[in-house]
Amino acid sequence: MQMLTYIIKRILLMLLTVFIIFTICFVLIKSLPQPPPVGNADQVELELELRDRLGYNRPIMEQYGIYLKNILTEGNWGTSWKIEKFADVTDVLFSRITPTLVLNIYSLIFAIPLGIILGIIAALKKNKWQDHLISTVVMLFVSVPSYIYAFLVQYLLYFKVGGIFESDIYSITEAGTKLGYSAEVIKQMIANGEAWKIYLSGPMFVSMILPILSLAFGTIAGLARFTRAELTEVLTSDFMLLARAKGLTKRQATVRHAMRNAMVPILPMIIGEFASVLSGSLIIEQIFGVPGVGALYLSSINLLDYDVFLFVGMFYTLIGLSASILIDLSYGFIDPRIRMGAK
Amino acid sequence: MKNNIDINNIPKEKFELIGERDLHDVKFDTKPIGYFQDAWIRFRKNKASVAAACIILFILLFSIVVPLVSPYEINYSETGYSNKLPKDKFLMQFGIATGQTTRKMNLNAFTKAMAVGMGAADVNGTGDVTYEDGYLNEYSSVKVIGDPYMSQDAVYRDVSVDVYLEEGFRFFRVTEAELESMKAWEQATGKKLLYPMIDTKNDHPGTEDANVWYKTKSGTLQPVSVKQVIGGVVTTPLDITAGDKLVPNYLYDSQGNAIYATPSDSTMWRVRVLYYNYYQWAHEGKEPYHLLGTDNSGYDICVRLAYGIRLSLLIAVCVSVINLVIGTVYGSIEGYFGGWVDIIMERISDVLSGVPFIVVATLFQLHLSAKVGPIPSLLFSFVLTGWLGTAYRVRTQFYRFKNSEYVFAARTLGASNSRLMFKHIFPNSLGTIITSSVLVIPGVIFSESMLSYLGIVAIHGDAGTSLGTMLSSASDLFTKYPHEIFFPALVISLLMISFNLFGNGLRDAFNPSLRGVED
Repeated sequence: MQMLTYIIKRILLMLLTVFIIFTICFVLIKSLPQPPPVGNADQVELELELRDRLGYNRPIMEQYGIYLKNILTEGNWGTSWKIEKFADVTDVLFSRITPTLVLNIYSLIFAIPLGIILGIIAALKKNKWQDHLISTVVMLFVSVPSYIYAFLVQYLLYFKVGGIFESDIYSITEAGTKLGYSAEVIKQMIANGEAWKIYLSGPMFVSMILPILSLAFGTIAGLARFTRAELTEVLTSDFMLLARAKGLTKRQATVRHAMRNAMVPILPMIIGEFASVLSGSLIIEQIFGVPGVGALYLSSINLLDYDVFLFVGMFYTLIGLSASILIDLSYGFIDPRIRMGAK
Repeated sequence: MKNNIDINNIPKEKFELIGERDLHDVKFDTKPIGYFQDAWIRFRKNKASVAAACIILFILLFSIVVPLVSPYEINYSETGYSNKLPKDKFLMQFGIATGQTTRKMNLNAFTKAMAVGMGAADVNGTGDVTYEDGYLNEYSSVKVIGDPYMSQDAVYRDVSVDVYLEEGFRFFRVTEAELESMKAWEQATGKKLLYPMIDTKNDHPGTEDANVWYKTKSGTLQPVSVKQVIGGVVTTPLDITAGDKLVPNYLYDSQGNAIYATPSDSTMWRVRVLYYNYYQWAHEGKEPYHLLGTDNSGYDICVRLAYGIRLSLLIAVCVSVINLVIGTVYGSIEGYFGGWVDIIMERISDVLSGVPFIVVATLFQLHLSAKVGPIPSLLFSFVLTGWLGTAYRVRTQFYRFKNSEYVFAARTLGASNSRLMFKHIFPNSLGTIITSSVLVIPGVIFSESMLSYLGIVAIHGDAGTSLGTMLSSASDLFTKYPHEIFFPALVISLLMISFNLFGNGLRDAFNPSLRGVED
């Protein structure tokens, strides 16, 4: 029960924070001059009329009222004027979540086990050559920015090795064609919201190998370092000595006691990683041409599509805050001692 | 009870003089080691951190010294020599930075490459130069010729060329005064600048390419014939031998002398110049040596890199210092007063920490970049949320120490709030704060380079350059010119690694609980 009130309190606080941030961002964005409409005469006329009807020419606080009302009553977060003309920004964003999600989840599936295993090896072989090797490599990969790996894998794997590697990921039509669908079928699939079937397909995966690698290096290194630090600390604690003293082999003691205790801080970190996959990596999506959320954010800035910009910005805010709540709560779920302490 | 003395009214006779002897603590026989001295001793033991500090120092020196000694300015750009490889007069002798690359060439491409040296050797436009003459000429772009081999039914060679000399000849439109200046320069230096013009009005019309001074089959690069010295038999052989010659296609006057300049219109002349010497003429005798090569706009990478490092470090240090000040003051007030002050201030930092940095940075750029410039607005966006971490750390330290006995003692002695905060409690958090201030730097360098790479922050033109801008301008063609992306990427990586190692070393050194634990 106490847990529940705590969760509710956290969520309400988060909504309040989101609301304040939204208000500030709204005022800041709407006080910028709205770029003039582009397109043919009909579109310009339509756009001006739509803007007028949506209250774009009124004072900012009045616009704010209209905007809030639209969000609360219709779930309408505004209109994209540039990226997809007159489309709902929610539709624009949600159509781009799939590639970001698929790419990031592939990379996590690859990175998490590897990171943990490397961390465990380094901790168990502490101060031996395995540890020194892993720790040095991890130090390098934690520090070097991800876009540098991106260039490196592009240069080495795509340009020098070649073969199955692609420099950019396939567009949905390219991948669809490789799967043997005709153009009409692909259009039909996108319209029916079945684009994810193409994104999950084999050819798409192959074209995603390089961005997956570039995203994974940082995660692997971060996780390995964290796991090593936690596990070495647990391995030197008194209960490990007790476990050995009561007759467990080193292997048994490590698996049954050390690992489980070390996982307490590691699992929330992994959960946090999963929660933030939705935001996507701006720079990796830019380098590999992934049509995801990060790319949408960038094009909304470049084209000054302010409604999209505001919505993606709020989406990022929400993801970030939810991730931190999730991390805090997961500590309680994972570790009974912390749960007891809350009572 | 008699023992129950009224503490405010102790009778005078209860006190007794202890005498005239001096009251002193026993002197330590050992030398006292202060907090910072201890940290320094332990920092020195950490080899990786010391190495990192040296690398940082080296990069810093590089960024300060290079613009002072480099012959190139930051805004110097020579589009004729864009995307050129590293070349340095001194290092060339050791086989590094030679400005040479190996290309696979078919016969026509090889002829064209050889023709640069041959053209340069043929000062009078007689066409009486052999391949060997061209190869031995100092302006020959071809440095090493590989043996011919068959590949896909054609003869190829791997040829090592100097990318600067490869530019060969160019047509220029110059004024009368410039033409005179060129002639005077030729007289003064003894170097040849003006070369014979190409005949465009015969059966073998020259193209716009000033390097094709020999007769070619119409529309192709294939030379019409190669004069062979032996017997003067005109044939087109499959391969080139040293004594072969090309058929010249120069413009001659009625006396058969080569023409060096043709009128373009009433005021301008059209000339054909050797670009390597033209460059020297235009830059007061300076030869094109770029230690790290040039980028796609013809900027010198070495100088731009130094300015990029300066900018990155400057922003990072500014952000670190400003964050330190704001975070310290904010965190101290929060932690010291506690209660509702703490609650309200914590809410404010909660809201601020909820805003994604990328959104803050973008909004600042959109709003302020036109008014105060991209770099100050970038600084503002770093500062807006950057101090939260420092404030949090300081607050924790205050909660830990504000109820300790020594603070009570100081308060009893009448110390003011600000004295208690900054003289008594704050020094406890100095170690953590210094460490976190150093660890802020790589984060700022990363974010700055990322934002300028993505173009959210536009640092070019008058604003100078940034490492991210260099990366993004190099990234379009980086598989073709990897050196352009290699140097900025290397510097960013080194900076990030060194600052992380340095910061970690500081953290360990400032952590008293680790004293004596190592080894």
